[in-house]
Order: sequence, then C-alpha cells, then structure tokens
Amino acid sequence: MDIVLQQLVNGLTLGSVYGLIAVGYTMVYGIIGMINFAHGDVYMVSAYITAIVLALLSFFGIHSFPVVILFTLLLTIIITGVYGWTIERVAYRPLRNSTRLAPLISAIGMSLILQNYVQIAQGARSQGVPTLLDGTLRMHIGDGYVQLTYMKVFILVAAFSGMGILTYIIQKTTLGRMCRATQQDRKMASILGINTDRIISYVFVIGAAMAALAGVLITLDYGSFDFFVGFVIGVKAFTAAVLGGIGSLPGAMLGGVILGLAESLFSGLVNTDYKDVFAFGLLVTILIFRPSGLLGKPAVEKV
Amino acid sequence: MKQDNILTVEHLEMQFGGIKALNDVNFEIKRGSISALIGPNGAGKTTVFNCLTGFYKATGGAITLFANGKQTRVGKVLGEPFQSSDYVNPAAFASRLRYKMFGGSHLVNRSGLARTFQNIRLFKEMSVVENLLVAQHMQVNRNLLAGIFNTPGYRKAESRALERAFYWLEVMDLVDHANKLAGSMSYGQQRRLEIARSMCTNPELICLDEPAAGLNPAETHALSSMIRVLQKEHNATVLLIEHDMGMVMDISEHIVVLDHGEVIARGGPDDIKSNPKVIAAYLGAEDDEEVTL
Repeated sequence: MDIVLQQLVNGLTLGSVYGLIAVGYTMVYGIIGMINFAHGDVYMVSAYITAIVLALLSFFGIHSFPVVILFTLLLTIIITGVYGWTIERVAYRPLRNSTRLAPLISAIGMSLILQNYVQIAQGARSQGVPTLLDGTLRMHIGDGYVQLTYMKVFILVAAFSGMGILTYIIQKTTLGRMCRATQQDRKMASILGINTDRIISYVFVIGAAMAALAGVLITLDYGSFDFFVGFVIGVKAFTAAVLGGIGSLPGAMLGGVILGLAESLFSGLVNTDYKDVFAFGLLVTILIFRPSGLLGKPAVEKV
Repeated sequence: MKQDNILTVEHLEMQFGGIKALNDVNFEIKRGSISALIGPNGAGKTTVFNCLTGFYKATGGAITLFANGKQTRVGKVLGEPFQSSDYVNPAAFASRLRYKMFGGSHLVNRSGLARTFQNIRLFKEMSVVENLLVAQHMQVNRNLLAGIFNTPGYRKAESRALERAFYWLEVMDLVDHANKLAGSMSYGQQRRLEIARSMCTNPELICLDEPAAGLNPAETHALSSMIRVLQKEHNATVLLIEHDMGMVMDISEHIVVLDHGEVIARGGPDDIKSNPKVIAAYLGAEDDEEVTL
C-alpha cells in the first residue's frame, strides 16, 4: 500500500515535468506542423544555465532559498527563451515554405549543434549543483511510510502553476487568442492582419520557457547533468505529447502525467529495468485504439 | 491626400511556372463604390484577389492602395528583391530590408484592406465572438503581462472589443449564435460571420469572394442589403467576385470583366450587359453556365 502511494507521488512529480517539456513539442507541432527535435536540447541548455546562474549567485554571496530560486527561474527562463527564439529564426523560418521534411532535418542538425556546442564550451564530464532545499515530508501509513522531499513538493507546485499560467495565457489573453487563430489557419490569420511570424516566434519562446522551468526543477532535484541529458528526456516528453494527442495543450500535460505515473508504478511494483518498455508499450496500446492520442483530434486534410 | 480611387491596379501579371494566370490587368476602384469583378470560371478573378491581399506575390505590375490616410504599394510591403539603386540609397535599402524581414500579408490588412474567401475560412474551433475578437487584435491591449494580471486598461480594451463584436453580430443578424462554435453554424451564417470578421479589422476596402455562393434567393437578397449597409453606413468600399448576375447587376456601380487573365470590359452594369465581348466570353466559356445578362 505504501509503495503504491509512494510511487504515485513519484510518478506525479516526474510526469508533471514531462508535461512541461511536452508542451513545447505540442505547441510547435500545432502551429507549424513540425516536430522540434532540438527541444530536448533546449532543456539541456537550460540545465547548464541553471548551474551557471546558481554559481554566479553564490559568488555574489546570495544564499537565501527564495531569492536564489526566483533569480534562477527568471534568468534561466529568459535566456532559454532567447535560445528558443534564435533557433526558430535561424534554423526553421528560412525553411518555412519548403517541404515538410526540411525543417525536420534542420531540427536534428540544430540538436547536434547544441549538444556539441555545450560539450565544447562546458566539457563532456557530467556537472553538478548543490542541494538547495533539504528536508522531507514523511507520512506514516500502517507499518510503512510515504515520503516526499521538499524539493519534490516544490517541483509539483511549480510545474502545475506553470501549466496553469500557460493554460490561462492561451485561453484568456489576447496573445493566446492570436496563437489559437494562427494554429487553426495561419494564412487566414495573416489576412486578418496578425503577424504570424511573430506569433510563431512567441510559441517557440513559450515552449523554451516551459522547458527551462523543467530544466531548473530537475537540475535542482537530481543535482547532476551532462550534455546528453536532453535526448532521453526529450524522447520521453515527445512520447507524452503523442500519447496525449500532439497539437493539444491539455493533452500534452495529461500525457506527461500518465507517462510519469506508468513509469514509476511499473518500476516500483514490477521491475525497474523494464519501465521504459512498459511506458512505450502503453503508448503503442493507446495509439492502436486512439490513433490521434487521448485528447487529439483526428487529422482532417485541409482543403 | 484625398484620392478619388481607393485602389489602382496597373499592368498586374501573375505567372505560375509557364502559365500566365493574369496578363496585364488594369483597373481602378472608386472610393465608396460597390464594384464587381466578374468573368467565366478560370478567368483569374480569385487570382486577382490573392494578389491584392498579398496571398500571392504578383510577378509583375503594381497594386496601390490609398487607405488609412496613406499610400501603400502591396508589392513593397510583401518584401521585394534588392535593386542596384538601393546600394547607393541607404534609405531605400533600409526600407527594403525592413519589409523583407518583417513584411508580409498582415501589413496589407493593416493598411486597410480585408477579404473573405470563396471556401469559408473561419476559425472553426473558436466561438463566434472569439472569431470577431481575433480580428480586432490591432485595437486591443496586446501586452501579455496586462493580460495575465487582467489590469483595468486591459479589461476596458477588451470590453470595447466585445461591444464592437456584438455590434457587427447585430448588423449581420447573428446575435443569437454569439457563443456557438463557428464551425457548428449553418452555411449562410458562416458566410455572414466571415464578412463581420473582416469588417472588425476596420478596413476601408473589403473584397468579397463569391459571398452569395450557396445561398438561396432570399438569403442572397438579404446579403445584398447588408453589403449596401457596409457601403452606406461604414464608408467601406466593396469589391466583390460573384456569379449571381442578378445580384451583380443590382448592387454594383462599376463592373470589371475578366477573361483568360485579361480585362475585356469595364463599365457600368448597362454597358456590360450589352457588351458583345462579354456575351461572347460567357457563351463561349461553359456550356452549362446560365447567362442572362
């Protein structure tokens, strides 16, 4: 009983982070119909930026947790956002009107560039950051107990507020309305005077910002990372996006949480080595019965 | 600057590979008029519209719009290639570079031209009101932080936009459907919503591509009077493509006839009706096309 509960809690934290990254895949796919393979590496870059910001803050003698976390989040999100904007401007926009495959290849190239650039600039060895937040919440149930580090609590709160804010932006604000219009019919949006190139840039920045939030949270929790962390988590988040229905924002969040839960429940109750097999098996099963994902809409060819 | 014409099209050419869809098209549209662009199927009418609105980049000629108190060359705002004279004239170079980087068909709309499409292109998964709000994005507060914190200024701009949206819903007789999804309305209602949405961008010239297609005679009649309202009460100039000759002859003051990418006649309804070239083009074009000019 306590194991199940413990794994549920672990799965929820893991899943919420998957969801944050999946948002970037799904929004970009929704608006320009391409899979941004460099997204995982944007996440990886944000991990390095987190470490650099932390080092700088500690150099200036700032150690209070709220101040440190606030500055780290703010700076990492801004700088990673600039990365997202630049990647779109340099690698994808010039290919906007070519075949659908061109930006895909360009994305893979961008991913390699980011990995190698970070490897050269920061070294190939894995890096680490100190633990910022100690302490554990522990709840006894019968003989066993369920425990949750404060850091995990922070991850849950931050990830779900991030998703909440994003949903609010997309559903309620003017920018969100323009994003949704551009997503549904880009040409028409531009005929109505919407600068669709700029909206696409915003979407990349939003995706990168969400990845940066995930990057800060995971880096602070795990403490170590290298230039290759983006790949695995990128594939997982992409899976989450497909699971939830790529192109659908709530779908990405739901897909992330389901994937996280499935992974940790399986590894807690059955076998750790096969958790990825189980997660991807789940994806295959769901896609057999719902080819467009849980919340995705069946693809209709536009006339 | 008070120009008589709101739009001039000079020597417009559009080439798709080896096919010339438009060849030396010339016409002008008078400010405040209702004009029609007619011609047999495949004559290039929609291509003209696509060039006007920046949907296509015309391969030759000039389209000039005199609206919103300024003169806009459509080719220029879409971004055109550098010319040798630009390299000695920094100002021209800078403006060319600016439009190359930030130009696009959205600028055509911002300089006062709106259009609707033959096949309806509403944002089908948004509500009717939202469709109209999207079109007013130039007039609302687009500051993201203001939106997140829902500041008084943001709310005020938003409620002004809502008022305008409901005004147009009333004009187009769609108030009862305000909160429906745009895609769930009937065909005729979707057509009217598309016109309302275009009008929400505050255009001086509105181009309607076959607004009466698929409407029954009663709906067509209602549409004609709505178009007159646009012209009379909102000082909009209307340019329409239409196959319903009854409607065209009824409402338009000026007609341009296009055939095989060329203008074959221009003039008032009566001139066009008796023009032998127009009659020949229509009779020779399609066997099944009913012609009662």
